[in-house]
Amino acid sequence: MNSAWEVVIGLEIHTQLATISKIFSGAPTKYGASPNTQACLVDLGYPGVLPVLNAEVVRMACKFGLAVNARVASRCVFARKNYFYPDLPKGYQISQYELPIVHDGELIIKGDKGEDKRVGITRAHLEEDAGKSIHEGLDRSSRIDLNRAGTPLLEIVSEPDIRSAKEAVAYMRKIHSIVRYLEISDGNMQEGSFRCDANVSVRPHGQDKLGTRSELKNLNSFRFVEKAINFEIERQINVLEDGGEVAQETRFYDSDQDETRAMRSKEEANDYRYFPDPDLLPVELDEAFIAEVKKTLPELPDAKQTRFVKQYKLRAADAEILTVSRAVADYFEATVAAFKDHPKIAANWITGNLSAALNRDELDITDSKVNPVDLAELLSRIQDRTISGKMAKEVFEAMWADKGSADEIIEAKGMRQITDSSAIEKIVNIVLAKNPNQVEQYRAGKEKLLGFFVGQVMKESGGKANPSQVNRVLKAYLNKD
Amino acid sequence: MVGQQQALHTQTLAELAKGLLNAEFSSYELVECLLSRIEEHDSSLNAFISVMAEQALTDAAASDKARAKGEVGLLGGLPIVHKDIFCTKGILTTCGSRMLENFISPYDASVVEQLSSAGAVILGKTNMDEFAMGSSNETSYFGPVRNPWDIERTPGGSSGGSAAAVAARLVPVATGTDTGGSIRQPAALTNTVGLKPTYGRVSRYGMIAFASSLDQAGVITRTAEDAAMLLTAMAGFDERDSTSVDHPVPDYVESLTRPLQGLRIGIIQQHFDSGLDEKCASRVKDALNVLEQQGASLIEIDLPNLDLSVPTYYVVATAECSSNLSRFDGVRFGYRADDAKDLLDLYCRSRGNGFGVEVKRRIMTGTYVLSAGYYDAYYLKAQKVRQLISQDFKNAFEKVDVIAGPTTPTPAFPLGDKMDNPITMYLNDIYTIGVNLAGLPGISVPCGFVDDLPVGLQIIGPHFAEETILACAHQYQQYTNWHQRCPEGYE
Repeated sequence: MNSAWEVVIGLEIHTQLATISKIFSGAPTKYGASPNTQACLVDLGYPGVLPVLNAEVVRMACKFGLAVNARVASRCVFARKNYFYPDLPKGYQISQYELPIVHDGELIIKGDKGEDKRVGITRAHLEEDAGKSIHEGLDRSSRIDLNRAGTPLLEIVSEPDIRSAKEAVAYMRKIHSIVRYLEISDGNMQEGSFRCDANVSVRPHGQDKLGTRSELKNLNSFRFVEKAINFEIERQINVLEDGGEVAQETRFYDSDQDETRAMRSKEEANDYRYFPDPDLLPVELDEAFIAEVKKTLPELPDAKQTRFVKQYKLRAADAEILTVSRAVADYFEATVAAFKDHPKIAANWITGNLSAALNRDELDITDSKVNPVDLAELLSRIQDRTISGKMAKEVFEAMWADKGSADEIIEAKGMRQITDSSAIEKIVNIVLAKNPNQVEQYRAGKEKLLGFFVGQVMKESGGKANPSQVNRVLKAYLNKD
Repeated sequence: MVGQQQALHTQTLAELAKGLLNAEFSSYELVECLLSRIEEHDSSLNAFISVMAEQALTDAAASDKARAKGEVGLLGGLPIVHKDIFCTKGILTTCGSRMLENFISPYDASVVEQLSSAGAVILGKTNMDEFAMGSSNETSYFGPVRNPWDIERTPGGSSGGSAAAVAARLVPVATGTDTGGSIRQPAALTNTVGLKPTYGRVSRYGMIAFASSLDQAGVITRTAEDAAMLLTAMAGFDERDSTSVDHPVPDYVESLTRPLQGLRIGIIQQHFDSGLDEKCASRVKDALNVLEQQGASLIEIDLPNLDLSVPTYYVVATAECSSNLSRFDGVRFGYRADDAKDLLDLYCRSRGNGFGVEVKRRIMTGTYVLSAGYYDAYYLKAQKVRQLISQDFKNAFEKVDVIAGPTTPTPAFPLGDKMDNPITMYLNDIYTIGVNLAGLPGISVPCGFVDDLPVGLQIIGPHFAEETILACAHQYQQYTNWHQRCPEGYE
């Protein structure tokens, strides 16, 4: 990246709140129903209908506010954002404008240099989602699906504190982790439950005034956020270095082309004419309510990570991976509870073999085919040297394929490791006798051959000999005479 | 007995309730009688947009059957008509607009639901100013309603159809809505009683919105007693309307006997200063004297910001209406222009042709006052003034129990008289608008005639003091008989 320029990024994250019903109606929010089957008269904006606030969204927004050390407003107001669009049934979106429910929060992320970096959260406000217009595959006509209309969203707006695409992703991942910890959103990015717009600008280092920004839309994966922002930074720097000016515009990220393009600016002159929605009363939250919500907060990722390092003596990097989601952390702690005193081994297995298997089969850890107690049993067999680490991988795969518990598989496959020293010595003697030349060479100084001998011994033992014992015995025999 | 029986159409709701109870007649006979009156008179009055004769007779027969089994609600078998702003399931609901000319509502408004569940039989839907925007009923897509006192004159608006129907004895009672005077003003111009309850007293769910923070459902009747009966059935908290208030609902009929003795009535001097027709002023003063003679005391009060209520109202109401009416876009329901070239064309022509002139004027005004750069100067300022007006009333109600004065500056004006000048039309609501801005209950009650045209006395109370204003109006009606006068030809 060109170091003459400083990058300034602010993110607006829209996260869908995981309520059963919509924000202002009783219609269900379930994803994937056939078009217009989950929209009631209120969602359709019929004449005479009125919105009624779903109390659950207030509780959820409040939880979020507390989790990011923000102020939860004692009084917040819903406003109407007026514009015409066919998938906006009332001709206005109910949102929060001047008085959002959450403001002045912060998040600590890992900055570009690995330092702790604070990103301010300007505000988080509640609003309803619009429906969906479908243009593809229709000849000169559009269809509208209003199932999504009225789905509750929490829009989380950051300060322009972010300085790189990498930091933007770190911030977004952390928010993603928090909303899932709080169980206020499923964070499902494929279904659009967690999506982001990025405001990006560049300015010469040392300049106070912000550069002209562009707003990037349609960033629905962490990878796209990074790619789109990096593309945009480079584009803006090129424009400026060529003596041009960056236009303040909305740009769409095309992931197929990996580029951002200006959206047609037909609606540029939109004046949303915000005003307080007279159909809804201001929401007033007292200290008691906020305190009560506070009691329901779970241990959050940062606190959990710190505790894991301290309590289980994990490396910070491992603790971070293990606390990305509550489910992973819970899995880890359940494993440790059953496999006492060896949290590091548990951590290695979960971040290594287990996570590889989950990724391969595209499973969530809550759907893991090996549960924590069974994993602990497997790890115990390594620990008591019944099987080697290598054998354990094989056993694990068998467990994953639902062939039984660790002990059953070890028994069935006759995989019990040979740890009896005399048995190992016997095999070593056979191997050395079979390979006099190599023994000669080794003793003449070609110590690399140790690996060869280990391999031969392992082969001779059918893979069951304990590798570290084999090493020890071999060395002793080879160095003897 | 039949020979001595007072003609059914001349009876009040309370009288009809007694008659049904004593089996002097059936609901079926009553409905039949009223339907024939509607048939006879409505071609000249144009008070109805829909008449549901068949359904009404079926419902009345069912009600008679239920009564025979002893299963009868508070309003069992009693006839009612609804302003066409209330959604009625399976029935045309037009709001007086071409936009909804063919709109069959898929659901019932709360008001309709509550009155129907109390047993009321719906005879029809009444004509109104388009989307309740108007004070003369001339903005209706379905043509103006005529005043039974003089068919060349307006019955007022926007609930003009309801007022004309009740005044002409086509029905004993009707629902209406009042955003700036739309119940009280037509009541005053037709010699009927018009009650606008406290904002939040009656659910707005299913009432097509004009200005959400001002709209309130109420009734037009011939007596305060009938209004009390209906309010008892209509009032209450509705979880579907967040602005409805969870405040206990008394039996409003029981408190009608509260005496006038000791009642402190506030008189606003500004009301009598300018703009008020002199003859109207003297009718109102006569009415105040009647109240005083019955033991009430008249106390002069000052509402310093009241003269700002008309401009304030026309900022707040138009702002809200510009947004409320955005849903009429030709996409999901209502009028849709044919052969739209593109989306913009669909919007422009659907809305351009679906809405009438006054509605479009208010949408444009409202859009303007909310737009960037003007919001503070208009909308925000209007909200501040609205607070001041509310505070003025609050201060006044520390000294008085009710406030009384004229409902309108003049009696009914000729049709066509003010259509060219919206400002003079808007000024017709000068005495009623402040009540909506402050969310107070108000009632207009007949208090005499000027050149054979009716005049109304407006009584305003503090929030949720419906019992007080109804009792005051009822007591006044015990000492006067203006409300018993019937327009010629409708006896």
